[in-house]
Amino acid sequence: MTDTHQGTGPDGTGTPDPIGDGAAEAFLSHDRSLRNAPGPYFGSYGGRWMPESLIAAIDELQETFEQARADPEFTAQIAELNRNYAGRPSLLTEAKSFAEHCGGVRVFLKREDLNHTGSHKINNVLGQALLAKRMGKTRIIAETGAGQHGVASATAAALLDLECVVYMGAEDTRRQALNVARMQLLGATVIPVTNGSQTLKDAINDALRDWVANVDTTHYLLGTAAGAHPFPAMVRFFHEVIGEEAREQILEQTGRLPDAVCACVGGGSNAIGIFHGFLDDPSVALYGFEAGGEGVETGRHAATITLGRPGVLHGARSYLMQDEDGQTMESHSISAGLDYPGVGPEHAYLADIGRAHYEPITDAEAMEAFKVLSRSEGIIPAIETAHALAGAMKIGRRLAADLGPDERPSDRVVIVSLSGRGDKDVATAAGYFDLLPDDSAEQEIAEEGEQL
Amino acid sequence: MTTQPSSPDTTSGSSGSKAAAAIEKARGEGRTALIGYLPAGFPDVPTSIEAGIALAENGADLIEIGIPYSDPVMDGHVIQEATVEALAQGFTVPQIFEVVEGITRRTDAAVLVMTYWNPVMRMGVRAFAERLAAAGGAGLITPDLVPDEAAEWLEAPEEFGLDRVFLVAPSTSQKRMQTTVEASRGFVYAVSVMGVTGARTSVGAAAQAVVDAAHGAGADRVCVGLGVSSSAQVREIGAYADGVIVGTALVAALRDGGVPAVAELTRELSTGTPRTAA
Repeated sequence: MTDTHQGTGPDGTGTPDPIGDGAAEAFLSHDRSLRNAPGPYFGSYGGRWMPESLIAAIDELQETFEQARADPEFTAQIAELNRNYAGRPSLLTEAKSFAEHCGGVRVFLKREDLNHTGSHKINNVLGQALLAKRMGKTRIIAETGAGQHGVASATAAALLDLECVVYMGAEDTRRQALNVARMQLLGATVIPVTNGSQTLKDAINDALRDWVANVDTTHYLLGTAAGAHPFPAMVRFFHEVIGEEAREQILEQTGRLPDAVCACVGGGSNAIGIFHGFLDDPSVALYGFEAGGEGVETGRHAATITLGRPGVLHGARSYLMQDEDGQTMESHSISAGLDYPGVGPEHAYLADIGRAHYEPITDAEAMEAFKVLSRSEGIIPAIETAHALAGAMKIGRRLAADLGPDERPSDRVVIVSLSGRGDKDVATAAGYFDLLPDDSAEQEIAEEGEQL
Repeated sequence: MTTQPSSPDTTSGSSGSKAAAAIEKARGEGRTALIGYLPAGFPDVPTSIEAGIALAENGADLIEIGIPYSDPVMDGHVIQEATVEALAQGFTVPQIFEVVEGITRRTDAAVLVMTYWNPVMRMGVRAFAERLAAAGGAGLITPDLVPDEAAEWLEAPEEFGLDRVFLVAPSTSQKRMQTTVEASRGFVYAVSVMGVTGARTSVGAAAQAVVDAAHGAGADRVCVGLGVSSSAQVREIGAYADGVIVGTALVAALRDGGVPAVAELTRELSTGTPRTAA
């Protein structure tokens, strides 16, 4: 392979790529903890592939973050906001009827959908907005695809009295007009991005261009565990609470660790947050489900780890959907939140060492799981989350098919990260399931939504 | 990079550096070096070669040819639109060597390639370097690669004789200035303002401070880019820098008036290069 890159350690010295020296074996023999990986490198992934103009800003961010995480006052501030503003801890709900669709194994849902603003995104934005204040910044910028991270960022900015500008692909602003209005109601400015493919990756490009020009006053509140160091390790840190709570709750409710943890992966922030709680539990299998779009064989998908190759985009080396020339390819998914051609570098590393497994879920499989959960449990999930649910249905059935002679399916336990609620997706889903009158305004929105 | 030998006067050693030779030649003639940027494949490959030749024949000392890339985060609208069009026309990365060779065969200007890093990584750094050298290219300008991540590029064999032009910015710390100057070969690219490419009516006061800091860190050749579009700005920057880089204004000229407009603007810009005897 000509495109492998030997990682360079944080001290500037070359460090051997741990993929080749048995990191997974070391982990399995308990020699090495995978928790709290500090970055900038995760094996040969991660790093700071950024313009020099922004290096001072990410140095400042890294320094501020490291001081803050060691400061009891900061961690208490986060804990207080999580408890009394975001609504944490989120519940762990056993889904007994949905479990019947998962081979009869026990299924527990980690209810990030019940957080304020309706998804896990609030964990990260509160943390980063507090860091922005500590750095004396008065303005935050953010990218958003479906609008969840944009709404969460606008929320944190309103709470903490920061100016907020959200970059959003022009196509997405039309599809998600109500989310644009939500952000505006919260006081944010939404800028439609008309460059390039007008999708999430182009929104990130424009946010980076804004950041270069306004870095003195502005913090870039990146919404996922990707990008240049310290973003992947920092965003994970703010989402670790998902896995910590889930581990405690499952022990309390079942007296044991789960057999598997399932999460959807776009950039991978909810997945890395819940995985982190179980990284050092070798008996717990970790599964990330990527957007398989219309099927990985069609080329219209966002299955970055499944089919991508290592490359650099938006500041990190990771798996990347790219062509033979190294040009980023356009991704496709019915879920705007998973419609991204890159993935966080820690996931790339966990995939390579075999600690976590990544599989594609098609649009059709996700929408089936969306319907099944809605009807069996009375919970409408985000379409992103529906990918994790479809994955759990597969994993549950596999576990049930692989039981010992004296075992029952209910001896197996699966946790699913229910990363977000589906209110934002009702128009898309109603269109998908043909529930709208032909001449309704919603039908028009849904038809546009289907052109993803 | 402790294994990477480096000397504090890397950029002063001009032996084998085509970019250094071009800048020194201008200096010897009492001029500020003029560096013109155009993207490869815009509006098509043959025209981009002709436009590059027009730069060289009308007063540019160095030619900077950009590889159109899907995610050009350091570029403003004019260059983005040109590179999007080049990609839409079917430009492929290996055609960069065709463009470089097309220009170097017919002029003696030094031709540098400006590229975001992923296309180089995808081809393989060594393979890319070898092909660039074979095409007569002088080296690479790398806007999203910092020396910290450039181990493979810094280890590219000396036999190719390629220049490594890294960027420094108003936000660059003194320590990073030092390491970046040491890692550079040919010249150091001083970003004039905190921002992306695009013509500006004035180049920030920060530009001179960046150039002075780079000189202070041992750089013999520092060229200023971002925002330059007129001979008056070239003259102003020439008072403290060794070279001036013009991009967006030339791309807009090529877009609006074709190769003749590039030639005309280059002639106009070059009237700002003579230095008054000091």
